This record gives sequence, C-alpha cells and structure tokens, in this order.
Amino acid sequence: MTLAQYEQFSNYAVASATGILALAFVAYVLQWSLARGVAPDRELVMSGGEAAAPPVADPAERSNVAGSIGFSLTQLGAVVLLAGVVARGLAAERVPWGNMYEFGCAATLVAVTAYIILVRVWEIDWVGPIITGAGTVVLGASALVFVPPGPLVPALHSYWLVIHVLGAMIAGAAFLVGAAASLLYLIKSRAERTTPEADRVGFLWRMPAAAKMDQVAYRVHAFAFPIWTFAALIAGPIWAQYAWGRYWGWDPKEVWAFITWTVYAGYLHARATAGWKGKAAAILALIGFATFVFNFVGVNLFVGGQHSYAK
Amino acid sequence: MSSNAVPALGRRELTRWFWRQLTSMRTALFLLLLLAITAIPGSIYPQRGVDARAVETYFLDHPKAAPTLDKLGFFSVYTSPWFSAVYLLLMISLVGCILPRTFVYFRALRARPPRAPRHFSRLPASTTFETSSTPDEVAAAARKALGRARIDVVDRDGVVELSAEKGFLREAGNLVFHVSVVVVLIGVAVGTLYGYRGSVIVTDGGGRFSNSLTQYDEFSSGSLFSSDDLPPFSFTLDKMSTKFQPFGSPQEGAPREFRAQGTYTPKPGVGERDFDVTVNHPLQVGSSSVYLVGQGYAPVIKITDAKGNVVWNDAVPFLPADSTYTSNGVIKVPDAQPEQLGFQGFFLPTAAQNAKGASISIFPAAANPLLGLFVWHGDLGLDDGKAQSVFTLDKTKLEQYLRSDGKGFRISLQPASEVGEEASTAKLPGGGTVQYVSTAQFARFQISSSPLVKVPLFGIIAGLIGLMTSLTVKPRRTWVRARQDGSRTVVEVAVLDRVSRDDLPADLDAFLERFKQSLGETEETS
Ligand code: HEM
Repeated sequence: MTLAQYEQFSNYAVASATGILALAFVAYVLQWSLARGVAPDRELVMSGGEAAAPPVADPAERSNVAGSIGFSLTQLGAVVLLAGVVARGLAAERVPWGNMYEFGCAATLVAVTAYIILVRVWEIDWVGPIITGAGTVVLGASALVFVPPGPLVPALHSYWLVIHVLGAMIAGAAFLVGAAASLLYLIKSRAERTTPEADRVGFLWRMPAAAKMDQVAYRVHAFAFPIWTFAALIAGPIWAQYAWGRYWGWDPKEVWAFITWTVYAGYLHARATAGWKGKAAAILALIGFATFVFNFVGVNLFVGGQHSYAK
Repeated sequence: MSSNAVPALGRRELTRWFWRQLTSMRTALFLLLLLAITAIPGSIYPQRGVDARAVETYFLDHPKAAPTLDKLGFFSVYTSPWFSAVYLLLMISLVGCILPRTFVYFRALRARPPRAPRHFSRLPASTTFETSSTPDEVAAAARKALGRARIDVVDRDGVVELSAEKGFLREAGNLVFHVSVVVVLIGVAVGTLYGYRGSVIVTDGGGRFSNSLTQYDEFSSGSLFSSDDLPPFSFTLDKMSTKFQPFGSPQEGAPREFRAQGTYTPKPGVGERDFDVTVNHPLQVGSSSVYLVGQGYAPVIKITDAKGNVVWNDAVPFLPADSTYTSNGVIKVPDAQPEQLGFQGFFLPTAAQNAKGASISIFPAAANPLLGLFVWHGDLGLDDGKAQSVFTLDKTKLEQYLRSDGKGFRISLQPASEVGEEASTAKLPGGGTVQYVSTAQFARFQISSSPLVKVPLFGIIAGLIGLMTSLTVKPRRTWVRARQDGSRTVVEVAVLDRVSRDDLPADLDAFLERFKQSLGETEETS
C-alpha cells in the first residue's frame, strides 16, 4: 500500500472503531437498564431450574446478554482501532503518537486494551460503560484535532520522547480504569450505607461490593503511579534536558504533570490515613484523573507553553 | 510545684505537639495537596524564569491587574515566599518523618516475630483444620510453605506455636522512596542555585558569540552563581540550515530539520573545532551545553542617511510570529544624520497576496522574501540610560513618515540577490536610502549549565525502585498453632497484614494450599 492508502485505511478504521465503541457503550447501558428491577440473587433462583419461562424473556438474562454483547463489541473495537493506529504509524513512517490526534487514538487503544485484560484478570466488566463511553468521547474529540500524517517537528525527534509518551499513555489508561473504579466505589459505598436490604435491586447490586471496587482501584493506581513517575518525572525531564538544556522548567505541561503526580501521591497516602481512607481517597483519585485530562486537553488547547507545538 | 515550671513544660509540650502534627501523615498529605494547588497559578500566568517577554506583554495587556499580581508573586510562583514556605514545610515534615521511622525500622530488623495472640478469631483472617500429622510435622510444613521469612517456633507443653514475619523490604523501599524525594529536591535546588541559563541570537555567515554576560539577549542564573564562573568558550555560526515539509505535501510547511554548523573554541588558546548542532543534539563544552532552540530570518539591510553616509549595513533578526514565519523586527539607526532613524516592519519568507490584496506569508522557507518597513525619525531615546529591547521601538520622541493620504509611509523590498541593486533599494522621504541586500538566517541558542544533573536523576531512579518495592512487597505476620487432640492434630492459622489492605482471605487460602501441600508431602514421607 502507498502512504496515502495507509492514511485512508487508518482514517476509516479509527472512524469505525469510534462507532463500534459507541455501540459497545449502548450495549453496556442496556445491560444496566435491563437489570433495573432485578434482585442480585435472581439469576441463581432462575438457574435453580423450576422456572419455566424462556431464558431470553427474563430481564436478568437479557441484561447478561447485553453485557456480553458489550464486551464483544469492545474487543472488536480494540482490534479495529489497533489496525487504525498501526496504519497511521505506517502512513507517517514513525511511531503513531506525535500529535494530539494520534495521542487520542493511541491512548484510547491502550485504555480499552487495559480494560479487556483486566476483565480477564480481575473481572472488572462493571467499569465497561465508563471505559467505552470515555473511549468514544476521546476518539470523537480526537477527530476534531485531526491532522494528516507527516513527520515530527525536530524537537520531537527523540527516543526519550517515544518512551515518555508511551509511559504517559499506559499510566493514563490505568488512571482511567482507576478513576472509573473509584467513581463506582463512591456510588456503591453510598448505596450500601443508605439502601435498606429490601430495596437492593438493579444493576448496582449485581456489581461487586464497594470494598472490592476500592481494592481494584488501589491496585490499578499502585500500578499506574510508578509508571507515571517514570514517564513524567524521569523520561520527560531527560528529553527536556536534551531538547532545551533544562530538565525542569516549570512549563505549564510540566506543572500539571507534577500536580497530577502530587495528587496521586496524596491518594496513596490517603489510603493509609485514618479518616481519609475510602471516600476521601476515591475523591482524590477522581481529582487526580481530572488533572491528568486537563493536562492533555486544557494545557494543549488553552494554556500553551513550550510543549504546545506537540498539538 | 514551682509556678514557672508549668509554662515551661507547657511550651515544650506544645512544641512537641506541633512537631508531631507537622510530621504526621495527615499533615504530609495536606502539604502535598497544598503544594499542588500553589503550583497552579504558575501554569496560568506567564513566569519570569520561563518567558520574561510574555510577562512584559501581560503587563501591557492588563495594566491594572498586573502590578497587584506581581506583588503577590504570581509571575515568579516557584520562587515566591508562599510556594517556598509550603515546599520547606513539606521538606521538614518529610525529614521529621523519615528519621524516626528509620530508627524504628532498624530496631524492627533485629526484633523477633511477635508471639501468637491468644484468640486467632479476632484477627482479620484465620481458620482451623485437622490433620493426622504431628504438631512438629505441622510446624515443619508451615516453615516450608512460608518460604523466606523470619520464623520462631516454640513448644508449650505440646502446643507448637509458630510466628513468622516477612516483607521487611516494604518499609525499606518506602524509606528509600521518601529519602529520594529529599535528595531530588536538594539536587534540583543546588543545580538551580549554581546554574545559569541564557539565550542568544546569532546570524549565520559568520556571526560570533563568546560566552560573557554582555553577549546574551536573556540571562538568568542561580543566586550563588557568579558571572566570573562563565566558561570562556566562543563560537562562530557559519551555516544555519532549515528544512520544511514541501509545498503541497501533508503538513506542508511543518519543520523537518534545523541544523547549525560552525566552529568553536572551548577556551582561549585552544584550537578551533567544528560543531554541528541539531535540535535534541546540543554541543557540550565542559559543563555547559549549547542548544539550538529556535531560528528565523535576518535580512541584511544597508541604510544610507540624507548625507549619503552608510549608517547601517548588517543582518537584522526578525522574530517569527507564526508557523509560516511571518516575522517582526526593528532597526534602530542612532548614527543617521540629521535625525536618528527607526524602522519597524515585517518579513515574509514566501510572500503572496490574499483575497483582500494584503501580503501574507504562505510558506516558511525563503522562496519569495518580502520586507516591509515603516519609518520613524527623531530621537530613539537611547541616551537616557534606560535599557531598551532591541525588538521594540520607543516611539515617544519619534515621528512617523506619512503618505499624503495620512497613512504610514511603507517601504516594500525584495532582496538584491533576487531583483538586482536598483529594485532592491528605496528612497526615504527625508533623504537617504534603504537597501535589502540579501537574506541571512539566525539561530537562537540556549546556553546553560545545571551542575549536578545526575543527582536528581539517580535520586529519582532510586526512588522509583524504592516505590515499586514498597508497593509490591506485603509485610505479613503469620501464626500457626498446632495442638494434639487424640489421634488428630488441630491446626489454627492466622495472618495479619502490617498495612491493612488487599485481600487477606484470598491470600490466606493460597497459603493454606501451599501449607497443606507440604503437609501432604510430610505425611507421604513419614
Ligand atoms: C511529611 C512527609 C511525609 C510523611 C510523614 C509520609 C509518610 C508516608 C507513609 C507512612 C507512607 C506509607 C503508607 C503505607 O504504609 O501504606 C507513605 C507512602 C508514600 N509516600 Fe509519603 N510521606 C511523606 C511525604 C511524601 C512526599 C513528599 C511524597 C511525594 C510526593 C510521598 C509519597 C509517598 C508515596 C508515593 C507513598 C506510597 C508508597 C507506599 O504505599 O508504600 N510522601 N508516606
């Protein structure tokens, strides 16, 4: 294929992946809404055998089907997006994360892949709607800052930059999963405190207990934090030293990377501090993710600074 | 009790209370978040240490708010008293927390595992089972299943009790991490105090730079740096080359390569050497590095005054303002007679007309260069001793030459190298000529030295290793109690995490599995 054909293929693939992820999101939302009146143990009763109703008519069963369709679509979306990102790299003849558009596509790919892996390891399918929803939004927003593939500006010619951005994407993907788990934890733990036993119906009660969500959130953050440390505070400064002769210059991008780091360090401390455990820690995780997102959207578009040509 | 003993005690207690508060995790958490919040203004307002020119622009755009913001330190946040205060408190808190924890840690390293509690059921995870093995065999199997751990076994009247502790590395990792935060902060501070950084514009075709304070366009240094410490190197820029994405290709005009070539002398008396500097590949001279951080065009301009004297013949850097290198520049000619002359204008590397007939630049390479200049005459204001930027014209005592319709008189020129002597020259209304001779390029170099760069680097790498150790190692206490009950042995097992987190029950199950497996082995062999 020629470079132009790769480019076209990549564009179609990214657009298709956006649609597929949106459908996956819809399927996950259906999974939630179909289970609206379903008690958490309903499924067990049904599989007890005495019920004669056909399984498809049963809301719990239909909810499960919607969920597995959601997961299948997510996997399909990831494969199509992978093809799009690889083709983009071939079209530009370099790593496909050199500007905001490419970063959005590649980061979504990493996040969705992380989700698929973690579904298999820790059964975190319950964060599916958030991941697919966020993925759709990020891909859609990336299309707004689309640029045709081409070479990088000279300042970006550095393998430290390749490592730095890759690390940031992996950490960011994990931060997204962590934020999703923390958000659901906040909802679930509140529900656990306020909902009487009899009212515990609906999808919320088919999800794991709040304590389990908190544990997933912690593990994901404990994985992401060292990677973020490496990407933002080691690889980034090394590159900056080569490019600008200073490893740290309080550029807006650096300031926000530092703020993100501090907030997540705060999260890890909060988890070990009485009175901050649980709710306050989860809120910190959400703030941390907000600062991360701001760094890639707000700083790139509104603040500027030396990094801003990376758009 | 003497009356003055009470306040003394009170003060000491107060101090101790204050110290305990300061070094508590809650305070650390608070200070950490406060540091994040105090860092925010620095990303919103321009910073002197980062971009002094942007600060000047801000003052012009916001004449009311800027002085107040300046007093509050919003234009130099990271050296402001309030940011420093948070930072120092955090450092003190950190050191105050590390020191005692280090002592505790070394004591704990020598301590034996604590004795088994009486009631296992009160622990977060515990279980019992029966086996046909003897209590001693049970203890041996547990030892094996525990692997590397510190283990004590006591036999109290036939009840065998095993206490084990492992995961000491976690706290070690944690301490290393926190120490490294201190090391990094100190390394950065020292580097900043003794470092310097400056930038200079040098035109190609023989522009020279020698490393002394007066040569810099912008210069900043740490408070312990003295300008005598500037290493005495010098260099000459022969050729600045630029490559852009070709016209009509994807991302047309995007920069592809910037390269500065020339010769340098590391110190006086040493022979000249060649250099070849590209972005991300600086020239290293001793502890200083020369980085290529920008480039642009410098039209060579020749000016004669009304008396026919050549009063200017030099390259003038025009600073690019956008991605097509539409550039702005100023020429000040103090020697012109009878009046001083000032020029302000623009440079378009590839000029074209837009739909409204205005000249714009459509490509960053110098394919069709056009120079446009407006002219002022009078007093440039250079004599009142105030430092002036070479890129702005102080028009307070200048008068602009106007056309008959009242608009500014404008010169539009193309270089002699393209259109010949005649067409490249314009006459000034007050007499004299301006000629656009040729187009040179300039390079903007940043020259800097940050001593001890390796200290923060190795500090943070050590910190990362410590962090990963502390996040992955589980400090765990395990107790096993085995008691003969007739022909069977009743085994009780309990585990406790020093830091309560994670799924203890699942871990207990995993341990039990290993434990029973090794029990099975002992049963088979016995
Ligand atoms: C007054 C200063 C500080 C105190 C008293 C303190 C105390 C602690 C303690 C006790 C832990 C262990 C938590 C646990 O047992 O789970 C911890 C962990 C941690 N601290 Fe600090 N810390 C301080 C400052 C800092 C600073 C300035 C940072 C860097 C931003 C930092 C980053 C971390 C991180 C990332 C962890 C997680 C590592 C782990 O969980 O083992 N700490 N800190």
